[in-house]
Amino acid sequence: MKRVRLVLWVPLIAFLVCLAVFAAGLGAPQDKTTKSALIDQPLPQFTLQPAMAGRPGLSTADFRRGQPMVVNIFASWCIPCRAEAPQLEQLARRGVPLVGIAIRDRPQDLAQFLATYGDPFRAIGADVDRRVQLDIGSAGVPETFVIDGRGVVRHQHIGVITDSDVPAIVAAWEAAR
Amino acid sequence: MRALAATAMLLLLLASPGPAAADSLMPAARWANVQLPDADQERRAKALMETVRCLVCQGQSVADSNAEMAGDMRSIIRERIQAGQTPDQIRGWLISRYGEAISYAPQLDARTALLFAMPLILLLAGFWLVRGRFRRKRKA
Repeated sequence: MKRVRLVLWVPLIAFLVCLAVFAAGLGAPQDKTTKSALIDQPLPQFTLQPAMAGRPGLSTADFRRGQPMVVNIFASWCIPCRAEAPQLEQLARRGVPLVGIAIRDRPQDLAQFLATYGDPFRAIGADVDRRVQLDIGSAGVPETFVIDGRGVVRHQHIGVITDSDVPAIVAAWEAAR
Repeated sequence: MRALAATAMLLLLLASPGPAAADSLMPAARWANVQLPDADQERRAKALMETVRCLVCQGQSVADSNAEMAGDMRSIIRERIQAGQTPDQIRGWLISRYGEAISYAPQLDARTALLFAMPLILLLAGFWLVRGRFRRKRKA
């Protein structure tokens, strides 16, 4: 009989455990980012047309030349992308090879964007229907990926690159060498 | 004249999307808001869209969302269905890119087995807790 009484406490204890878990979950900061599942996986096969006349486009082969690269996913219509332009310049100055994937962009808008905010890119591919963005697990603009010299995704940065994010991206790029 | 200018400004403000809904200047993707001509394919595509999470507005499915990215995802889903892929293949492709979070229909595997078994476990635990009552009733 004594044992049965103790057992009757189990539902209440289970309920309190659930309550504690939910309370902790409610207090935790909200994480709205969706990370790419392609980290440490090879880049999917793609070929993107040049986003601007007279500039190279971008394909998977460009990432398999033995040199790690940083690819910035951006768009001229994306307001936060303007804010990270100085940080991209900073990466380029430090010798990080930068390439871009322009999402749903028109050549004339892109040209104006680059003329206004700077153009640190060696090549820019035009992803007009987000096919490549979805295939590499990017959930929005801006996002930045570090790809090693064999075309394997090594690091993802979600959102605007601030000054304090630059060292982590440089470190990820150096680690990919 | 000033009233007219003010009205025009107001209309312009109302018509232009806010920065939160930043969209490109390009038209929507081919199949973003257009049904597939084959009703059976469209039905399968729609069912899949309703269980794929929108990446921009995470509480919504891509079928419900007005986000441009959701439109692009709908278009790609319809295209893949039209090309003969099964909804499971497409869901698998999305999960391989974004993880399980992209799907509103959790798959039964080693990690989710406990979740799926929980109703049965709780029911059995409940019977076990009240088993004494049944016994006493039968005796009486």
